Amino acid sequence: MANEIKNVSGTGIPLLLDDIDTDRIIPARYLRCVTFDGLGEHAFEDDRQQDPNHPFDKEQFQGASVLIAGRNFGCGSSREHAPQSLMRWGLNAVVAESFAEIFFGNCCSLGIAAVTAGRDDLQKLADAVTTDPTVTVTVDLESLTVTAGDIQVSVQMPDSAREALVTGEWDYLGQLLSAADAVTEHASGVPYLNGFHA
Amino acid sequence: MSHLQTPAASPVPLPKTRIWRTNPTFFTHILMSDRRNLFNKVWDLHSVRTLPNGQTQLFIGLHLIHEVTSPQAFEILRERNLKVACPQQTIATVDHIVPTSDQSRPFQDLLAEQMMSAIEANCREFGVTLLDIDDGRQGIVHVVGPEQGLTQPGMTIVCGDSHTSTHGAFGSIAIGIGTSNVAQVLATQTMFLNRPKVRRVVVNGDLAPGIYAKDVILYIIQQLGVQGGVGYAYEYAGTTFDAMSMEERMTVCNMSIEGGARCGYINPDRKTVDYLRGRPSSPEGEEFDRAAEWWLSLASADDAEFDDEVVFNAADIEPTVTWGITPAQSVGISQALPRVAECDPGEQTLIGEALEFMGLEEGQAVQGTSIDVAFIGSCTNSRISDLREAARIVEGHTVSDSVKAIVVPGSQLVREQAMQEGLHEVFEAAGFEWRAAGCSMCLAMNPDKLQGREVCASSSNRNFKGRQGSPTGRTLLMSPAMVAAAAVKGEVTDIREFAAATV
Repeated sequence: MANEIKNVSGTGIPLLLDDIDTDRIIPARYLRCVTFDGLGEHAFEDDRQQDPNHPFDKEQFQGASVLIAGRNFGCGSSREHAPQSLMRWGLNAVVAESFAEIFFGNCCSLGIAAVTAGRDDLQKLADAVTTDPTVTVTVDLESLTVTAGDIQVSVQMPDSAREALVTGEWDYLGQLLSAADAVTEHASGVPYLNGFHA
Repeated sequence: MSHLQTPAASPVPLPKTRIWRTNPTFFTHILMSDRRNLFNKVWDLHSVRTLPNGQTQLFIGLHLIHEVTSPQAFEILRERNLKVACPQQTIATVDHIVPTSDQSRPFQDLLAEQMMSAIEANCREFGVTLLDIDDGRQGIVHVVGPEQGLTQPGMTIVCGDSHTSTHGAFGSIAIGIGTSNVAQVLATQTMFLNRPKVRRVVVNGDLAPGIYAKDVILYIIQQLGVQGGVGYAYEYAGTTFDAMSMEERMTVCNMSIEGGARCGYINPDRKTVDYLRGRPSSPEGEEFDRAAEWWLSLASADDAEFDDEVVFNAADIEPTVTWGITPAQSVGISQALPRVAECDPGEQTLIGEALEFMGLEEGQAVQGTSIDVAFIGSCTNSRISDLREAARIVEGHTVSDSVKAIVVPGSQLVREQAMQEGLHEVFEAAGFEWRAAGCSMCLAMNPDKLQGREVCASSSNRNFKGRQGSPTGRTLLMSPAMVAAAAVKGEVTDIREFAAATV
């Protein structure tokens, strides 16, 4: 299928910090919009203003496709604007120690490969892209590995999410619509839709 | 406040219509010997099908929408020429961007006005009931749902907002979703989810005076961490929650997501039933009696099975205040901030970052920390019981000269009730500003924002960097009573001493 995502390949960008919340990824004032257009340039806006060394401002990391992140990445608000801003900045994959659930689900909806790795392996990847920002980082969803130059680490991803990307079946709306008849039949058995009649 | 919208003369009735009328057999699902916990009973009832990859297509009973996370979802429907599958199970209101002082239209913020126009047009076009700012029932979506009786036990409830977990207070499965999911639920009234594990979080014992539901949930998050709940739904059980009012239970469930749990709930009991009796969208007459019987039957039995259980003692909980940049970075009011070297090595970087951002010293007391702003509001703590308690604390006192203090009721109906009780006069006499309903300074998508490095004592739910609208603004989360005391003293204060000194 055209939407198959078996791997993501490109340069990497390190941001190996923990508990990065979605307010930091995209501050709320940029949610005052009716489309997701233009969110890419505001990714990590406030962090960048306060940190002259923020990786998202470093020239060597511009154009990166793979983010190396820490524990509980994307916690907080459900705003899909967060992964949208990362995607529009140019990222197609995030390798983190762990993800907040709503953020992870939003990545799945957008076809962003969100995989987890151990802390030591993340440090190796972060070191590799810091040392050589031009090194190609490949997130392979079939072998569940991430490769950066000489380094290869194994990563994890829930089967349902991995299969959806690899088979290209991450148009969840289409799949949900295909069961419309079953939904109607099922709803007939839900008590609060039936006057609570036994 | 002359610029507030006037409520419509005759508000549109909220849906009570039941759209499917075949012959259900649901009582056979729930046998006397059922050892499933409430979460799994409700999940099973709503499971349309399970995919080979293990995901469940879950039927959604109530879809709440608001202006921030819905416009792109409606656009997806337009692009694919789809309708809203169940407009009767979909209710909209506006909260995040709504100004709490001047609400005259068009809003001064043209981007906010554009979002208002979008949800108004979308709801008209797709046939969704909108509780707009001229309706009289508008408010924070997680205040409005329960208030209107839309939120009921045994439902699956979603909203494009992470604090949807609030509705779990009624014994429902309530989860926050992203905008793509909003589109899916609009178009199909279903979405795919992986069934989480269920952890029973038990707290037993009476809460001493000055200890509130907010302190209980801040304590749980402090103990279990901000990602302790990832992969779990939390069932809050034990005598502490049994004794809580429905509004207190909403405060607890609201912050489940801050502990990483997408969903948190409390088993329905007589208080739940009593709360729902007579609400606009509640069933009536014999139907209510049947509903109540079903609701109570959903509660996890004493021998119900859980994937995990943790037990806390209410006596260990103090008035709790966050000092850092995650909701788990908190201490009891009598305790000192951590010393970096004494912390777990994996936490030291984050703790150092938090101390630096907050401008606080390791090992210092949290009590006595100066504040610039006091905010009472948000989906966590803006209900009538919150306002009554805060008013009781400030009555006869004056807000410190150095503090800007605002009270933002959670809904137009909460505001009306508070004004009938004269609470606004108590707040205004003390020097608080009395505002209109909305999310206000919890996330500052509206004119209410911190400036520069201001420190805010806040009854809201998140203390993330920049959360309250200034990139360098600082937030201290606490109960509304503690915010009220801090407003008067100009610094973080132990409510127990404050109240004792003013008896």
